[in-house]
Formats: sequence, structure tokens, C-alpha cells
Amino acid sequence: MIRSRKLHAHQARMAYLFISPAILLFSVFTVVPVFMAFYLSFTNYDVLSRMDWVGLSNYRKLYTDTLLWQTFRNVLFYTVIFVPLNILTSLLIALLLNKAIRGVKVFRTLNYLPTLTSAVAAATVWLWVLHPEFGLLNGFLSYFGVTGPAWLSETRTAMASVIMVTLWQAVGSNMVIYLAGLQGVPDYLYESAKLDGANAVQRFRYITWPQLRPTTFLVSTMSIIGALQLFDQAFVLTQGGPANATKTPVYLIYQQGFNQLQMGYASAQAFVLALAILIFSLINMRLSKAEEPIV
Amino acid sequence: MKTTSAAGGYSPGAGRALRLTVFYVTATTVSLVMFLPFLWSVLTSFKPDNEIFAFPIRWLPSHFTLEHYRDAFTTVPFLRYFGNSFYLAIMGVLSNLFLGSLAGYAFAKLTFRLNKPLFRVLLMAMMIPGVVTMIPSFYVLMHLPFVGGNDWTGSGGHGLLNSFWAIILPGAAGSFAVFFMRQFFLTLPSDMMEVARIEGAGEFRIFWQIYLPLTKPALATLGIFTFQAGWNSFLWPMIVLNDPLKHTIQMGLQAFSYNHQTDFGPMMAGALVATLPILVLFILLQKYFVQGIAFSGVKG
Repeated sequence: MIRSRKLHAHQARMAYLFISPAILLFSVFTVVPVFMAFYLSFTNYDVLSRMDWVGLSNYRKLYTDTLLWQTFRNVLFYTVIFVPLNILTSLLIALLLNKAIRGVKVFRTLNYLPTLTSAVAAATVWLWVLHPEFGLLNGFLSYFGVTGPAWLSETRTAMASVIMVTLWQAVGSNMVIYLAGLQGVPDYLYESAKLDGANAVQRFRYITWPQLRPTTFLVSTMSIIGALQLFDQAFVLTQGGPANATKTPVYLIYQQGFNQLQMGYASAQAFVLALAILIFSLINMRLSKAEEPIV
Repeated sequence: MKTTSAAGGYSPGAGRALRLTVFYVTATTVSLVMFLPFLWSVLTSFKPDNEIFAFPIRWLPSHFTLEHYRDAFTTVPFLRYFGNSFYLAIMGVLSNLFLGSLAGYAFAKLTFRLNKPLFRVLLMAMMIPGVVTMIPSFYVLMHLPFVGGNDWTGSGGHGLLNSFWAIILPGAAGSFAVFFMRQFFLTLPSDMMEVARIEGAGEFRIFWQIYLPLTKPALATLGIFTFQAGWNSFLWPMIVLNDPLKHTIQMGLQAFSYNHQTDFGPMMAGALVATLPILVLFILLQKYFVQGIAFSGVKG
């Protein structure tokens, strides 16, 4: 009895020792920063000298910051278009390639390849693909007698271009997630549905889609969180332009905090963005729940 | 058509040939659209300049040239950036594999009072968007005491800013690594542990010699994830690294694309060089890539 208690105490000591490096780093670089971000958002911290308490004035300033709200409009527009398109395209490609047919692995690999590129490399490649005169896309359009726009430098098409590039990069890994999800749908559901005379569309509507609900929830949550924090592609493709049409909140926070050194104010902006992410994630959660009765 | 395939059903007879044709045509078209930008940039990187700027598109180069690769490596210290990124990514992999599995093992296999609450806090922290901790992490790194010219109050110098530690340390034991390894250790039986204890093995030896070798597939998957994340990261290195000699390959590529907007040959060469390590990793360890993503699908 005493021996076993001693053993447990020893085990617990070793356990604390094992987790201590991870917990220490976690405290210093996650826990402390979260609380500090909150504190900083009430100060005028500027790296160099000041860190005075300014109360709510940063948050009051947010109200009238038209550029901030524009970046929010931009990224909301981006999210509302990108996330559904991302789900739709990944799911369609997964459905298409969810077969034991010769060559299907090659197709899967080709669709997966773009996810291996970094955001910067992908954006660099697309700078060239979207080149107004000699780029691949407009060159392709010209085969059909269409003169393509200057994709990245026109306000109408700049955000569409960013959506295109990020979609190209995101679809592959979501396709793999959906393929894994499809593999988990039991065959007998389809068999009995067929016996009941359900057609392909009905089988998708009443079996595949509800069965994939957890997968869709995962994919949508991750892509919402990623989309609202869009930065890399907007930075490399358009530098936020033209006329701030593709500037995103993270971009603005980066500039505000690290170029203009208004870190207190930038922290307040970061909190507003975090709130937006939370709200969108909750909405997504509700939408996923609403589907439940179908199962 | 596509939804039919979802059901995995097939109907024998004439319809089958038609279905197969439709499948191959659709799959080829989709895959080609996804693959073309890749192919196009590879071809561009080997084309002489006058053929890059050709209208209508000239697909194949008249002769292959390596001049763009030479340019990419001579106009900017690309090799150095490559080395920096490689070092950072490898350090990230090693530290996450070791610290992540060490903590993950403790959370999965050892009993201690704070096990559940601490793990729950780690899980919750995974939901905090990175943008919130970006600015204060910068502050913390700048004011760490006793490093980079700082005194015990953390002022006087630059702390860890502008050093590789500013990237390695904050990411050295990611919550995801701990979580991922814990999930894997949970699937392993505990009786080996009991036997080893009776034999008199120490706790660390049990972890290191008995359990860790059993997690090789998980380590491979986590290693790939961590390498890819480290290699591709852009915003954080850009924030903490000022010294041009310490820049990473993604920063180098971005600066190059920005400053040489018309040199598409070298730009494409640079982008491909920056993708190459991940591509090699993918070719060598393909099955772990897919397993890793499938895992993230299961955890949801």
C-alpha cells in the first residue's frame, strides 16, 4: 500500500517533469501573450518609449477608423465567397475521385500538388499566371477571343484573383479530408437506399451529405478561421491594393503594429478580429447543428 | 454524374463504358486545371527571356536554359536563405517531436492530478487565433531577461529579436504536437509499462526505449507537418528578423518578386526552388502526408 502510493507520487513527479518544457513554453508564448494583448489594447504602447494606460480610447478610435472597416468588409466578402466555394470544390473533386479505378491515384496526386507550395511561392507563380499580357490565364482566354482584365490591378477583379489563388492552394488537402470522410460512410446505407429506389441525387442528399457532416464541420471551421486571417497571398499578390481593395485586417494590424509601431491600437484591432472569428465560428457551429434532424 | 460515383455503385453493360469515359474526361480536365499553373511555371523557368514574353503563348522552350536559376541565386543570397529556412524548419521538427511526444506521453499514460485540467487548457489555446498573440509575443521576446543585452528586468537590449531563437522558441512545443502525440499514445496498451516497472526500468527509459519507438508513423506524420509549417511560414519571420542575412527563403522570394516584378524567369525559378524540399519530402513520404490529413479529419 505504502509502496504503491510512493510509486504514484514518483510517477506524478516524472509526469510533471515530462510536461514542464512544453508547459513552460506554452505559458511564456501563449498564456502571457493572451493576457498581455488584452492589457496592451488599453495602452498607447509604441515599442520605443510609451506604455501608458489610455482606457477605452483605442476602442473608441476603432469606430471612426474607416480603413479598418474597409479591411473587414474585404475579408468578410472574401470569406463568404471563399469558404462555400472551398467546400463545394473539395467535395465535388473528392466525390469524383472516390473510386477504385485505374489512374485515380494520379488524379488525386495532381489535385494535391498545389497544397505543397507555400503561400508565397503560390502567389509568386500566380503573379505570372495572371499577368495581363503574357500570363497563362489571359493567353488562354485569348484562344476564345476574350481579352482578359489586368486581374491584380483592377479593383473589380483583384479580390476574385486572391480567391482563385487561395482556392487553388486549399482544395487539395480538403479533398483528402473528404476522401477520408467518404471512406467512413458504411456501404449498407447505399445498398438499402438503392433497394428502396433512391436515385443518385437522393442518395447524396440523404446519405452522403448527412454522413459527412462532421467532416464538413471540420473543413468549414478551419477554412473560416484561415480565411478571416488572410495575409500572405494578399501581401504578395497585390500589397493590399488596388486602392486597399484586397487589404485584410491582419495586413492592417501588421502595418499598424510593426510599421507604424502603434502596438496598443493594433492590439485593439486584433481583438476585434478575434471576436469576428469567434462569431463566425459560432454561426458555423449553429448551421452544422441545424442539419442534424436529417440524419 | 458525379454523385453517382459517390455511391460507389456501378451498373454493368453499355452504361459502364460511357460512365468511365465521362469519369476520365472530367478527372483529366479538373486535374489539368490544378496542375497547369505548376507546369507553366516550370516551363517558364527554363525558357529564354524572349520566349517568356511571347504572344500567343509559347508552351515549350526552343532550348532549355538554366540562366534563370543562376540569376535567382546570384541577385539575392538565395542559398543562404535556403539554409536559414532549412535550419529553422529542422529545429522546429526536432523540438516538436521530442517535447511534443514527451508531454503527449505524460498526458496519455501517466497519472497526475493536473492531467485533465492542463490538457483542457492546451486544447482551448489551440482555438486562439494567432493574430491575437502576435504583438505581445514580440514584446515578450524583446523583454526576456538576461538575453540579447537585457538586464534582469528585461530592458536594455533587444532580447531574442533578430535571432533564430525568436522563431524556434515560440514554436518549439506546439499545442498541436502535444495533442497529436497524446492521441497516438492513447492507442498503445499500458501493460508494457507495468512489466517494465516491475523489471525496474525508470520512467524516462520506459518512454524512450519502449513507447517512443512504437510511434514512428505518428512521428513521421508530425515531422512532415511541422517541417512544412516551418518552411512555409512567412509573417512571423518577417516580423522578428531584421538582419538581411537571417532572412528566410519565403522572405527572400517575396522581396525578389516585389523588386523584380518583370523578371518572371528568375521569379519562377525561385518559387520552384522554394517548393523543392516539400516536394522531395512528399515523394519520399507520400503515405504519411495522407495519413496526417486523414487524422485531422478524424479528430473533427
